[in-house]
Amino acid sequence: MTLLVNEKKIVVPGEEIAEGMDFLPAKGTYRDGDKIISAQLGLVNVNGRLIRVIPLTGRYIPKVGDTIIGKIVNITMNGWLVDIGYAYEAFLTLKEGTTEFVERNEDLSKYYDFEDIIVAKIINVSKSKSIDLTTKGPGLRKLNNGRIINVTPSKVPRIIGKQGSMITLVKDATQCRITVGQNGVVWLQGEPEQEIKAIEAIKMIDEKAHIEGLTDEMKKFLGYEGKPKDFEVEDVGEENEREDN
Amino acid sequence: MKEKTTKRLDGRKIDELREMEAQVGVIKRADGSAMFRIGKTKAIAAVYGPRALHPTFMRNPETGILRCNYNMMSFSTGERVRPGPSRRSKEISLVTENALMPVLDLKEYPNAVVDVFIELIQADAGTRCAGITAAAMALADAGFIMKDLVSAISVGKVGKQIVVDLDKEEEDFEGGATDIPIAMTPRNGEITLLQMDGEISKDELMKAIEMGKEACLKIYELQKNALREKYI
Repeated sequence: MTLLVNEKKIVVPGEEIAEGMDFLPAKGTYRDGDKIISAQLGLVNVNGRLIRVIPLTGRYIPKVGDTIIGKIVNITMNGWLVDIGYAYEAFLTLKEGTTEFVERNEDLSKYYDFEDIIVAKIINVSKSKSIDLTTKGPGLRKLNNGRIINVTPSKVPRIIGKQGSMITLVKDATQCRITVGQNGVVWLQGEPEQEIKAIEAIKMIDEKAHIEGLTDEMKKFLGYEGKPKDFEVEDVGEENEREDN
Repeated sequence: MKEKTTKRLDGRKIDELREMEAQVGVIKRADGSAMFRIGKTKAIAAVYGPRALHPTFMRNPETGILRCNYNMMSFSTGERVRPGPSRRSKEISLVTENALMPVLDLKEYPNAVVDVFIELIQADAGTRCAGITAAAMALADAGFIMKDLVSAISVGKVGKQIVVDLDKEEEDFEGGATDIPIAMTPRNGEITLLQMDGEISKDELMKAIEMGKEACLKIYELQKNALREKYI
């Protein structure tokens, strides 16, 4: 019946959020008797009857359909192993990795070599968490040049913003090309000074993700005026945004 | 009756805890970390993972596993502690795992391991309790799904008096001292660690546990505040 803590408040595991059977526990919470308890360190989010906790920290958990940025760490007989920031490496098969005909015993490093950074999409996550990737699709490719930074995976939705508003703002203000992977890896490319500025901006969003009115603060920080225009959709990060925040 | 008014060796009341301090995020490279100090005992816990588990035969395809490592630094006590695993540190690592496991759910991470490293940089009794308290905070900081936090404190009997939070001086009391480390989940008061070194009667033990539970709630408040403070 009653909320015991206000929305957007930080809760720790084991903290009582609400009382009564009217509310339903969603992600990051559980029910004990007639109380809803937080199971994660995060912010309380009430959506109608659903109560959930938006995590503030935590590693990336792979989900089917996520666009991620990963690094090739190994080449096998029939594909590539990609580090995506999870406990185990993801697998990119030959079939999903290239459209070309590959000869028997061909050297696969000519498609993707060790240490190459790729944008890929997760097509399957098995029960034992073996992950399959694909690079077939719009915007999925090997990344050349540019910079890579890491952010907290749970804050990626905030960095992208509603309908990509936040990232478009950063892109417009700095004229950088930016791709945000759901695994918390951000790739950007532009003029060196602008790259640094964009990195600062993204780091700032990461730190202050739980503060309200961040868009205005970012506009001030970037010295950007006017409305974000429709940016040429070239990067895939946005395709995959979730309206989490 | 007289005993009730007797002061403890360092002048504390029988149910008074030593001065405490807690901080989260002390190790930047770790996925989660925390520091907990009670009196002169200071523990640092760092959480890494979930990550690939080696040796592979230990992997569990059903669930992730928790691996704790308790270590006293060589300079942590008056006498030098020989570095490396010992019978004592192995035992404490194991009981720490058992104390933390009831609140954790690692089903999301099959075949993986969550490593918890607990380092005691200064020791003055109650080290395993300080370690568990710090580790619980570090796990929450790392963003794991947890039913509750875990708070731990040692209670015991010094001479004929039941006291909370023994320090080294009391533990070594010549008239005989019993040390009972307790860990519990503060919300529903479930005990996840209970050990004893010494002698105590049943009634006294029950009384000691009750006092320990109350002390744990005080530590819990501190843990909660420390976790929130990181994000303000």
